[in-house]
Amino acid sequence: MHLKYESFVREPLVDNSKDYHEVSEDIVSPIERKPGRMWYVGFIFSLILLGFGIFSVSWSVYWGLGTWGVNRTIGWGWDITNFVWWIGIGHAGTLISAILLLFRQGWRTGVNRAAEAMTIFAVMCAGQFPIWHMGRVWDGFWVLPLPNSRGPLWPNFDSPLLWDVFAISTYFTVSLLFWYSGLVPDFALIRDRAKTKFRKMAYGVASFGWTGTAKNWQRMEALALVLAGLSTPLVLSVHTIVSFDFATSVIPGWHTTIFPPYFVAGAVFSGFAMVNTLLVITRRILGLEEYITIGHLEAMNKIIVLTGSIVGVAYLTELFISWYSQSWGEMAAFQWRIMGPYWWSYWAMMTCNVVSPQLFWVKKLRRNIPFTFVMSIVVNIGMWFERFVIIVTSTYRDWVPGSWAYYSPTWPEVGFYLGTFGLFFTCYFLFAKYCPVIAIAEIKFVLKTSGENYKKKMEAIDAMDAQEFIDSVHAHHGEEHHEVAAH
Amino acid sequence: MAIKKFAVAAYDDEDVLFPAVSKVRHSGYKIHDIYTPFAVHGLDEAMGLKTTDLHIAGFIYGLCGTSTAVGFISWIYTSDWPINYGGKPHFALPAWVPITFELTVLFAAVGMTLTMCYLNQIMPGVKKHVFHPRQSDDMFVMAIELNNHTSEEAVLAFLRSTGAKEVNVQVAESGWWYGRWDKKEPYEALNPG
Repeated sequence: MHLKYESFVREPLVDNSKDYHEVSEDIVSPIERKPGRMWYVGFIFSLILLGFGIFSVSWSVYWGLGTWGVNRTIGWGWDITNFVWWIGIGHAGTLISAILLLFRQGWRTGVNRAAEAMTIFAVMCAGQFPIWHMGRVWDGFWVLPLPNSRGPLWPNFDSPLLWDVFAISTYFTVSLLFWYSGLVPDFALIRDRAKTKFRKMAYGVASFGWTGTAKNWQRMEALALVLAGLSTPLVLSVHTIVSFDFATSVIPGWHTTIFPPYFVAGAVFSGFAMVNTLLVITRRILGLEEYITIGHLEAMNKIIVLTGSIVGVAYLTELFISWYSQSWGEMAAFQWRIMGPYWWSYWAMMTCNVVSPQLFWVKKLRRNIPFTFVMSIVVNIGMWFERFVIIVTSTYRDWVPGSWAYYSPTWPEVGFYLGTFGLFFTCYFLFAKYCPVIAIAEIKFVLKTSGENYKKKMEAIDAMDAQEFIDSVHAHHGEEHHEVAAH
Repeated sequence: MAIKKFAVAAYDDEDVLFPAVSKVRHSGYKIHDIYTPFAVHGLDEAMGLKTTDLHIAGFIYGLCGTSTAVGFISWIYTSDWPINYGGKPHFALPAWVPITFELTVLFAAVGMTLTMCYLNQIMPGVKKHVFHPRQSDDMFVMAIELNNHTSEEAVLAFLRSTGAKEVNVQVAESGWWYGRWDKKEPYEALNPG
């Protein structure tokens, strides 16, 4: 018999006394019953937003990008701001599932499934923006290295914009594989429990015929570990490459080597905030407070204060370097950011991203759920302004004063952004209804080391003297060998 | 594959399962397989299964991705259609690092996942025999293949003595087949319940 022991300093990951069957019951039962009124209201509202988004995009494609507020000076506007914002949010899932797996953080098991789902939906939303920004979207396949009759003219493999195509499509594919391979055993559980014919058939297909043999689990675990190892540099590479879109251009405010780490930290910052926004609501509506505990939320708040501080240091470094460079263009760019016509966006960013997360140094606030919820939204507002500041306030006063311009979005741009919220929440509501929002097999795996009732059993061992404990283990082993010999 | 007869033992705790596995193996019975609701670490070793070489396959797929990216881009830029981008060299290796990295990861991840599905024989539409309805919930289920020489009663009594909560004999298809999970298979009529 092998000994499982975890220190009492760590709080339990699963509250109250739960056995394996209760875990299945708690997490699967919301899937088996009819969704509540709140679900329908939310789902229909998301569909309406999605519909409005589709209308706005159709309008933009039909009349052309002239319907947008972007101009020759500010070419990227809300569209690319939203792209970077969503792709940043899409970093938390893989960070939680991959990096925290490698660091053996047990608490990831409670939140990884929902965070990974969120990642996939956020990347889907992000992908829309560069696609529809192409204008002549029917020529969009030109970004792919396909044999063609145009030369053959290939895409520019030396360009960060093309690296983005590869990075984001790879990231989406790998995240999807990681997420779905974890879902397969949980779908098998729903299938085996299913009482209705349709559910049995549908989850039979979704579970790929998984039965959970020892060899199957061994290969599945090997796959999960390697996918985690691959996703760790991948998740860092994606936002690094997004930052190259800016950092490789010779534009004051963009042309800095600090961008890759600063973008990655910002991505984790906003991603964890979005995870908190969703989980605070999900755990309440589905009654999963015992699995997504306050301890889980606190752990994520700690990461938010860490990454928020990194982002803050990056902002200050940018300011220092622009002064230290004594380059006229650099200094002017930052002066206009702070005091120019877009001063409000800079200060919104500073307040939301740098000042307010510092409140999380207070333990009471980290463990306060309404405060966590409000902060998670404040952080994402701040991160939206960060991208707006980078994209708009670095370009609106360019090299020729005659072409200085001001930019505000038009309704199709705003509608497009709202539409991606519709897409995101439509997907999330479907996920919360039809998929287990917590990785059941993984929770069962940590239950005996980190469940509250199992931790209590360790009190006796904790009280034991070291020698006494060693003797008891030896005595037990002797018994076992004796039994085997008898056979 | 084939329809065979199995002795099935269901345990409700992995700490009971481990000694049971070693007892069953010491007694000379051949374990067909053990079905668990989650990955029980050490079970593969206890059953005498070899470790998997899946990660080696992953490494090879990754190398394929690396060479595809470097080979393809360098062929395009040095021979098929060289273009001068702002005076950069045609063979601009550092600029290809991002795409090369992404394709390495993509090939390794997709290749490994498909290989895992192939080896584990899982795919949409695949059906396999489920020995216990709670083997994906809270039961750890061991199946032992029976032949004409084994006494069913003796095996069941032995399995009960190892701490199994439920034991029975089942006729089951040992492999996989295409089928719908909501439909009963003809051979299942042979089993009680």
